[in-house]
Amino acid sequence: MTKARLMQGNEACAEGALAAGVNFFAGYPITPSTEIAETMARLLPKRGGTFVQMEDEIASMGAILGASLAGAKVMDATSGPGFSLKQELIGYAACAEIPCVVALVQRVGPSTGQPTAPSQGDVMQTRWGTHGDHSILVLSPWSVRETFDASVLAVNYAERFRMPVILLLDEIVGHLRERVVLPEHVETYPRRKPKKTRAEGYQPFAPDDDLVPNVADFGTGYHIHVTGLIHDETGFPSGSPAVTAEAIRRMQEKIARAGEGIVHTEASFMEDAKWAVVAFGGTARTAYEAVRTMRARGGKVGLLRLMTIWPFADAVIARLAKQVRGILVAELSYGQIVHEVRRAAAGACPVALCAKYNMKAFEPAEIVAGIEKLMGGDVK
Amino acid sequence: MKQQLRLSGSGGQGVITAAIIFAEAAVADGLEAVQSQSYGPEARGGASKSEVIVSDEPIYHPHVEHPNLVLAMTQKAADKYFIDLREDGLLVLDEQLVPKPPKFARAFRIPITKLAVEEVGKPLFANIVALGALVRLTQLVPLEAVRTSVANRVPPHTVEPNMKALRVGWDAAGKGMEKQGMGAFTPKAGAGGAR
Repeated sequence: MTKARLMQGNEACAEGALAAGVNFFAGYPITPSTEIAETMARLLPKRGGTFVQMEDEIASMGAILGASLAGAKVMDATSGPGFSLKQELIGYAACAEIPCVVALVQRVGPSTGQPTAPSQGDVMQTRWGTHGDHSILVLSPWSVRETFDASVLAVNYAERFRMPVILLLDEIVGHLRERVVLPEHVETYPRRKPKKTRAEGYQPFAPDDDLVPNVADFGTGYHIHVTGLIHDETGFPSGSPAVTAEAIRRMQEKIARAGEGIVHTEASFMEDAKWAVVAFGGTARTAYEAVRTMRARGGKVGLLRLMTIWPFADAVIARLAKQVRGILVAELSYGQIVHEVRRAAAGACPVALCAKYNMKAFEPAEIVAGIEKLMGGDVK
Repeated sequence: MKQQLRLSGSGGQGVITAAIIFAEAAVADGLEAVQSQSYGPEARGGASKSEVIVSDEPIYHPHVEHPNLVLAMTQKAADKYFIDLREDGLLVLDEQLVPKPPKFARAFRIPITKLAVEEVGKPLFANIVALGALVRLTQLVPLEAVRTSVANRVPPHTVEPNMKALRVGWDAAGKGMEKQGMGAFTPKAGAGGAR
């Protein structure tokens, strides 16, 4: 392990990306994500990588996709307004199966909203911001150290599944500085390589056993055609209903097949819990404090923290809903992830919402009050 | 042991930098520390607030609930941010920039910005003068760790005047403590106690 140091969440995002092998970053600075670009601008050139500040958010997304196709591991960072602009190219990356990571540090929206204030209101946009039947992978850490880990994981998943991965931070975690000890070594997922030569019948978009194609990087001797039109194994557009159905099925299935292995959650005080709080990101830290307060009073309350936001933790929530008498979802929005929790709980227990959307992060007392209301007096 | 500090002023006065340095010194000393901030969209002016929590246990909720200490570098910040200061806490004020101190028994006035101008040469160093005073008043982190962190966090050509500013603040707090007959400020830890 390295020495303990004070580090900011946004810095840890950049450090994690570098540890995972990111060697190309393009971005357009925006509060509260700017320190990610700043850290990358400072560190990437020293490590032989390339940092480009582009003219806007769309161009920076285009730049990372081009660099990725040429063999680089890539990241871009933004906040809500920039993330809205990137949607078309995120869909392009999903369809053309281009590995890339977009760090999204949420602030109050819609539009330019409240630039410096925390929010968790972009959850549904990460899932459905771009059009069409795509799959997506979204990770949302709750601490500076976990931001490092999640950043490594995001890069690795992008490479493994050849798709866009969103590292979903909120202003609380992005701007928080805390004590961290970073690992000296991390596991990295290497760029996938063709397993056949052209003479052996290599097709760039032919799926491997895990349904992910081994697309050759540009400049490595293969002819590659990349398009956002639905394409067959050659990479060229196809108007065939069968090819279209297979392409869409494969985009969904390559993630579904990975199963619960990519659905990261953490349970605290859950062994004997009769009530549960579900939270993620910076809000989960306050929820943890609230749950501890309830425990100190003898209340059997636990916390289930979601780190993987998409694919949603359906099975975990379904099990939870059968264990407890009620679930409180605390989120810094008018209510987004609560709808997923209700869907997954499928009526097995009541699901209440503790929402906040006034520029302020939660205070523990507010979540305690939400738990007490849910319990309806079932507390000493 | 859990101590919650709030440093407040106007955007550009450097309270965020001072808080970062304080937290970094705490980490170097083996403690847990978190630092956060809130400010408006403007780069200069507007209310600016930075918070540090220092503890010997993991810190979950990252924001100050009831501060043990509030530093205010402007009148506006003093009026706004001392509200939830614990009764046994300490209010530290810039003597000139907070002409109307809020009514609080344990208020400690230091001519922070005046000292920065007269002793170090520029109002720019007021944040580090304030930091020196806080280090002396709280005795939560060793001065040596703070000196190292200052050297890490300020532009290289300003290390020398910043070191001087730190010393000026430390000395001013010491003098004031002597005058008021107070020892090191050792607030009670734990929850509750909000006024």
